[in-house]
Amino acid sequence: MQSAQPAKPVPASRMARAFKRLRRYPATLFGFAVVGIFFLMAIFGPMVAPYKFSDQKLINKLKPASAEHLFGTDQFGRDIFSRILTGSRDVFSIAGSGTVLAVLLGLTLGLLSGYLGGMADEFLMRLMDVLLSIPPLLLAMIILGTVGPSRLNIVLVVGFLYIPMVSRVVRSVVLDIKTREFVEAAKMRGESNFYILFREILPNVLPPLAVEASMRFSYSIFLVASLGFLGLGVQPPSPDWGMMVSEGRTWFNLAPWVLLYPAGTIALLVVGVAFMSDGLRRMLLPGGVSN
Amino acid sequence: MIAYILRRLGMILLTLLAASIIIFSVTQLLPGDVAQVILGQFATPEAVANLRAELGLDRPIVVQYFDWLIRFIQGDWGTSMVSRMEVRPMVMARLRNSLMLASVAILMYVPLGILLGVISAIKEDGMADQLISGISMAFAGLPEFVTGLLLIGLLAVSFDFLPANSSIEPDTPFREAFQYLILPAITVSLTSLGYISRMTRSSTIDVLRSDYTRAADMKGLPRWQVLTKHVLRNSLLPTVTVVALGIGWLIGGLIVTESVFGYPGIGRLLVYSIQRRDVISIQAISMVIVTIYSFSNLIADILYGILNPRIRLGG
Amino acid sequence: MTTNTTVLDVKNLWVSYATDDGALNTVRNVTMKIARGEIYGLVGESGSGKTTLARALVRYLPRNGSISSGSISLGGVDLLALSQRELRKVWGARVTMVHQDPSKAINPSIPVGDQIAEMARTHLGMSRAQAKNKALEMLEKVQLPDPESVAARYPHQLSGGMLQRILIATALTTNPQFLIMDEPTTALDVTTEAVILDLVRDLLREYETAVLYITHNLGVVARICDRVGVMYAGELMEEGNIQQVFKQNYHPYTLGLLGCVPRIDASKHDIDLHTIPGHIPRPNALPDGCIFAPRCAMAEDACRKERPSLTEISDGHFTACRRWSEVADNIHIIAKDKSEEEEIDMSEIPLLLDARNIEKQFKVRRSGLSNIFAWKPDIVRAVDNMSIRVRKGATMGIVGESGCGKTTFARCIAGFESATSGDIFLNGEALPYSIKDRSKSTLKKIQLVFQNPDASLNPQHPVGQSVGRPLALLGNVLQSEIDQRVRELFEAVNLPADYVHRLPHELSGGEKQRVAIARAFAANPELMILDEPISSLDVSVQASLMNLLAELQKEKGVSYLFISHDLAAVRHLSDWIAVVYLGRIWEIGSAQDVFSPPYHPYTEALLSAIPIPDPNIHQERIRLQGSVPSAVNIPSGCRFHTRCPRKIGAICETESPTWQNVNRFHSICCHIPLEELNKLQAPITVEEREQP
Repeated sequence: MQSAQPAKPVPASRMARAFKRLRRYPATLFGFAVVGIFFLMAIFGPMVAPYKFSDQKLINKLKPASAEHLFGTDQFGRDIFSRILTGSRDVFSIAGSGTVLAVLLGLTLGLLSGYLGGMADEFLMRLMDVLLSIPPLLLAMIILGTVGPSRLNIVLVVGFLYIPMVSRVVRSVVLDIKTREFVEAAKMRGESNFYILFREILPNVLPPLAVEASMRFSYSIFLVASLGFLGLGVQPPSPDWGMMVSEGRTWFNLAPWVLLYPAGTIALLVVGVAFMSDGLRRMLLPGGVSN
Repeated sequence: MIAYILRRLGMILLTLLAASIIIFSVTQLLPGDVAQVILGQFATPEAVANLRAELGLDRPIVVQYFDWLIRFIQGDWGTSMVSRMEVRPMVMARLRNSLMLASVAILMYVPLGILLGVISAIKEDGMADQLISGISMAFAGLPEFVTGLLLIGLLAVSFDFLPANSSIEPDTPFREAFQYLILPAITVSLTSLGYISRMTRSSTIDVLRSDYTRAADMKGLPRWQVLTKHVLRNSLLPTVTVVALGIGWLIGGLIVTESVFGYPGIGRLLVYSIQRRDVISIQAISMVIVTIYSFSNLIADILYGILNPRIRLGG
Repeated sequence: MTTNTTVLDVKNLWVSYATDDGALNTVRNVTMKIARGEIYGLVGESGSGKTTLARALVRYLPRNGSISSGSISLGGVDLLALSQRELRKVWGARVTMVHQDPSKAINPSIPVGDQIAEMARTHLGMSRAQAKNKALEMLEKVQLPDPESVAARYPHQLSGGMLQRILIATALTTNPQFLIMDEPTTALDVTTEAVILDLVRDLLREYETAVLYITHNLGVVARICDRVGVMYAGELMEEGNIQQVFKQNYHPYTLGLLGCVPRIDASKHDIDLHTIPGHIPRPNALPDGCIFAPRCAMAEDACRKERPSLTEISDGHFTACRRWSEVADNIHIIAKDKSEEEEIDMSEIPLLLDARNIEKQFKVRRSGLSNIFAWKPDIVRAVDNMSIRVRKGATMGIVGESGCGKTTFARCIAGFESATSGDIFLNGEALPYSIKDRSKSTLKKIQLVFQNPDASLNPQHPVGQSVGRPLALLGNVLQSEIDQRVRELFEAVNLPADYVHRLPHELSGGEKQRVAIARAFAANPELMILDEPISSLDVSVQASLMNLLAELQKEKGVSYLFISHDLAAVRHLSDWIAVVYLGRIWEIGSAQDVFSPPYHPYTEALLSAIPIPDPNIHQERIRLQGSVPSAVNIPSGCRFHTRCPRKIGAICETESPTWQNVNRFHSICCHIPLEELNKLQAPITVEEREQP
């Protein structure tokens, strides 16, 4: 039954209502704020850092937080705050580019696979199954362990690893949309495949894709940090957060801040992105699409 | 049912075959020559050539792959290029430790995750739900090396409560190893806990909103009976699959966690082998991990089939 | 049978929901009584608050809903005073519920017998074994064959009709005082619905339960209810016994609703359906005076100033209309007789579509574990040799129950599915099977309006763009003129022109369907395929869409292929009707001929099953047993023989029947000779017992 239902509200209030609902979820607001701050940090951080990330002052080594060194200094007397600021750019650019790569390729494959169907779909999806049968961290480690962890390689690996997840989400949306009557109506009037795919289907893929992308971004940060910790991240002297934590372990009893500040930063960012992605899901997919 | 299992098994064997191709070819990308790596920089060209022939490295790559695969299936996993020891016993000993750790972790996070998920779902959007969802999402997002080190700082160093270092002998019996397993297991659990509870929450909410749950309520059954008999029976069904899919996550967590705590599991061996560029070990370890992951999914599929009357009895 | 013991006594009930827009009072000031053995029909369109009311009566509201004032007494017990724990002792024991969609209201992973037995164990204190016997006894009560085997099955192994019987059995297990049935037959086919309604009527006579029967279908109310309450926007508008409400109504809304329902004895040539303009008001934006006034043809200034309350006019007959005494005089507002149209010799009109011997088969790999080694796929004969002709400017209605192949047939004509064999001629020109092989000029000639208005418009495109696109693509219209043409089309389908910028989610279901019709007309087609275009909509919206379709046809001379399961709607819109069962046509002819004897036995059963919103109409009681056989294993001989109430013998099982011509245009495919059918069958409507 439809329709003798009350008149629908006017369009302008749609976003306003979404934000009104958001206010009930402080975690989401927190997420957006954190990601925003880190984003600014990635852009301006290296410029405003009080010290150069590689400046060593051995007499100043392992000093606790002070007005001079906000987060203290490490085993070489380097300013931890400046190193974190500078390192944020790598985290954002590597995890971000990896995510963008995965989203672009996953979108392409998912669209093709879902729209073409048949053998092409079967082949692509079995290929994705194979990639998914290897745990992501394992695959990342053996690839980076052999080709070496340069910035570019890490981006490629992150992008490559998350293609299957993205393309599955896209494919399932395409499969749903392509049987809808408005797509049949488009066929009925003789639209080209190009028009149907990009004008009728794609706009409906974008909201769930945005949610998926934000989730992938959070996993990418997680993965990049873990790789850094295992020594497969961006190599020294660049200040990789994961590597800073790993190195800090040696001084844990003596100077826990060497480890705690970068670890806390990673925690804050990852949690912030996760909360943001959860909020995006609430806003963009109010019906609740689960993975 | 048997046919279903056979078909799933067939699919998994095919997937494993393809995965083995990926693993083999990726590890072959290693710059430099295995023989060179083994003999060191100062070996004479003749010695390298001899070793290459001995190892069969001069044959075409496809032949090498099939040779490797057949040997692997037969149980001949080769000799480590670093330690010069048989790979299989070494991997198996480490695997036992990892399975020990994984079991303790699974026993922690699966029941707890389900419990939290169900509570969250029942109190949907209430305080308890927001709290559980928020905290579990935060933990799910935290890399294991962060939580692990925080736990060490908190429990081991500050209170001297549990051992901070778990670098026990590889063949320590479970009873003695147990206290060393607790912190790593908690570390691994925290990540997976959030995942399980979120998935349980969403499937339970779906079932709670279903017509048949309303119908069960309207039958006047006691609330606990509605929950156990009508809701959980259906909402925990997908959890079986969720737990299995989470194994991939768990494996990643183990690799990192074992490194944090120095625990002698297969993950730490992998990190070590990658650092030493020990191709033979890397291949064997990767294959073992992928096989275990695939079979845990198979078991989940079978369980799901048994539990779900739609699949068990056909449509 | 109806005694005067009041079971349910509701006084001044208000129900409100806490929402982002503040508190919404969705049910306001409802007072009602239901006596023992009485079936009380609660009718209303979507948004009228009838389901909220039902859930409030048993205090089972969603978390944000609450009863803000009033009282509910059930058998003398004040329900509002009970604790949650006490309430659960009332649920299931003294009040039970039958839900709308039986396939969703039964737990998919518990055998159905256990789900009945748990009622008996919880409320009747029975042991496991006793409860099992009770379940079997109840399954027998609802006339399910072989209760033992049914009890052990899971819901997915049973048909919708069987599941609904199981829900009814469950609800009656504890012999409750009060039973709520929420649209219990809406999800079922019309012949199954008729069987279930008979069963409900008989069982309730036996159990003497007080019943609240919620439905949107006035015909169902007329068939089984004793009293009726008409609900609109959260309030009762009129209440009385069946005769009072259907024959002497005192409220223009009731009168309007009755006028919206198409009649099986009149077509678009005879009458326009009544329509109710506008929308149901939102509970937070109610008009000051009578809540129906903005949509009422009889409203005057006084109606808009003060809200009338429900008042008793005569014995048990309540209305909330100030001008109740004048409603009967205004009967003309619903009966808009059209001036007699000239009879046209139908054979003179040229053919537009000629589809011959269309077949469509699907290969299906059986699912389920036991069938993995069945390598040979099953063949589903969805359409098995159907031929249809559509004349220019006329409507061909195809009627049949779900799964009969009518939609597949339409999709073959449209070219979405490639027919397996057969010929499709349009204006005498053979068409390729697939839409991909058809030329642009052919595409333009055939357009389609779909069933589900939510899925037929792209949610991301403004609706004006959806209508404009076919103009640009097929209509040879200059870009500069498109806007103008879109506005004209919107006007033609009675939508405000400023809707062009709206997104589909800002429109109601009926409005979306109007946009879909405008889009189809944008291509200026010759043949329009209407696939159940109105069945998901409320009656008042259905009526206005049918009027619109009839009007547009007259104006533009387009032909319709109208697919529907709703016989009354088909009768109203169609000039010709084909009756389909299991992929084949069994009777075809002019609308009037098909609806009068002789009929094919299947047509006869369909007609006798239609719920007619008139308590005084007598219908032959011809019921089909069992369910439609699968299109994989089509019965031998006449494929209707497994359910045919007029089966004459072995010939029906062994030989396919041949066509018999009743007249030049009316043919029936049956073994029974026409004279015999003529003797056996009576006209379906008639026999008014008393004049109002």
